[in-house]
Amino acid sequence: MKKMLSLFLSFLKIGAFTFGGGYAMIALIENEFVSKKKWISQEEFLDMTAIAESTPGPIAVNSATYIGYVTGGVPGALISTFGVCLPSFVLIYLISLFFDKFLALTLVSKAFKGIQACVIYLILSAGFKLFKGMKKDPVTIVIFSAVVAGMLAVSLFSLNFSTIYFILISGTVGIAVYVCSLIKAHGKEKK
Amino acid sequence: MILLELFLSFLEIGAVSFGGGYAMIPLIMEKVTAHGWMSEEDFLNIVAVAESTPGPIAINAATFIGSSQAGFLGALCATVGVVLPALIIILLIAAIVRNLIKYKPVQAFLAGLRPCIVGLIISTGFLLLLKNLIGISSVPGVIDSGIRPDFRGIVILALLVAANFAFWLSTHKKRKFPPILMIIFAAILGMLLY
Repeated sequence: MKKMLSLFLSFLKIGAFTFGGGYAMIALIENEFVSKKKWISQEEFLDMTAIAESTPGPIAVNSATYIGYVTGGVPGALISTFGVCLPSFVLIYLISLFFDKFLALTLVSKAFKGIQACVIYLILSAGFKLFKGMKKDPVTIVIFSAVVAGMLAVSLFSLNFSTIYFILISGTVGIAVYVCSLIKAHGKEKK
Repeated sequence: MILLELFLSFLEIGAVSFGGGYAMIPLIMEKVTAHGWMSEEDFLNIVAVAESTPGPIAINAATFIGSSQAGFLGALCATVGVVLPALIIILLIAAIVRNLIKYKPVQAFLAGLRPCIVGLIISTGFLLLLKNLIGISSVPGVIDSGIRPDFRGIVILALLVAANFAFWLSTHKKRKFPPILMIIFAAILGMLLY
């Protein structure tokens, strides 16, 4: 019971104080559970990070669920996830109640016109940062270019093609490339 | 039924948003505009609020969009929807297949996804730039009525790029302008210029 409360409070704190989302949160989680509480080992933490980054969903939720489960089973996973989401939920819900009135003020709506330009900048710079870190071989370059061209075409010509298809097709291409490399390797072995 | 629609839309987003954070923005934007829940401009405001408050962007956006469409219950349905797939998938992995992501085919799938996510984020940023600042929303639209650029917005964007570059140089190429300060700076520029 004490452990559950401790899990809940730790993740509540992590949810309440991490600006900047996912990656900022991973550093906090490391500090709280590996360095301070020593509930999980460094190695397990690295496994957790890899899993949280490679599965769908917010990294914070993935990490909370994983650490919660490892330290306290299914109830631990539920309580940690609840804890990490609660501060955002409450805060954003309260903001959403007043946001329209707030935006109706002339000065605020002007400020938000400026902020919209900033958000575009933030999205683009997040994209370029990821692009810099992306492994660049022929396959990834082709997938990247095809997705960018596809997205632009779909949007500019108002075509009906869901973003989800891009994700699923790219994953399938990844597997197809892997299968091809297996077949190639097999062919060489025979010779 | 709006609550079910919110829940299912965010469930879908939660289930396919590999990469977290900004990777969710293209998916959320698509759903939100397809359902007519809000305009792209309103969506950008929400991303700004999500960036300036603590917590994952996806949770913040789900709560805000849910609340704007159907009050408290809407916020709850959207947030539970976006969290649920992650919760189930991670539980399955942690309980049954801890080394799932070490399998070669799974790694191959993820390797194919990575450039796709980068492409989605960059093209979404670029499209938002085209639509909101340059004034090109569709090819037929441009042919019909030409381009109406938002020069003040373009100036603000240019100033942000310059400020970020100056900050990066002044910190010996080590640090980027923190997003929250960028948002405050942009807000001040907006008040002055618009």
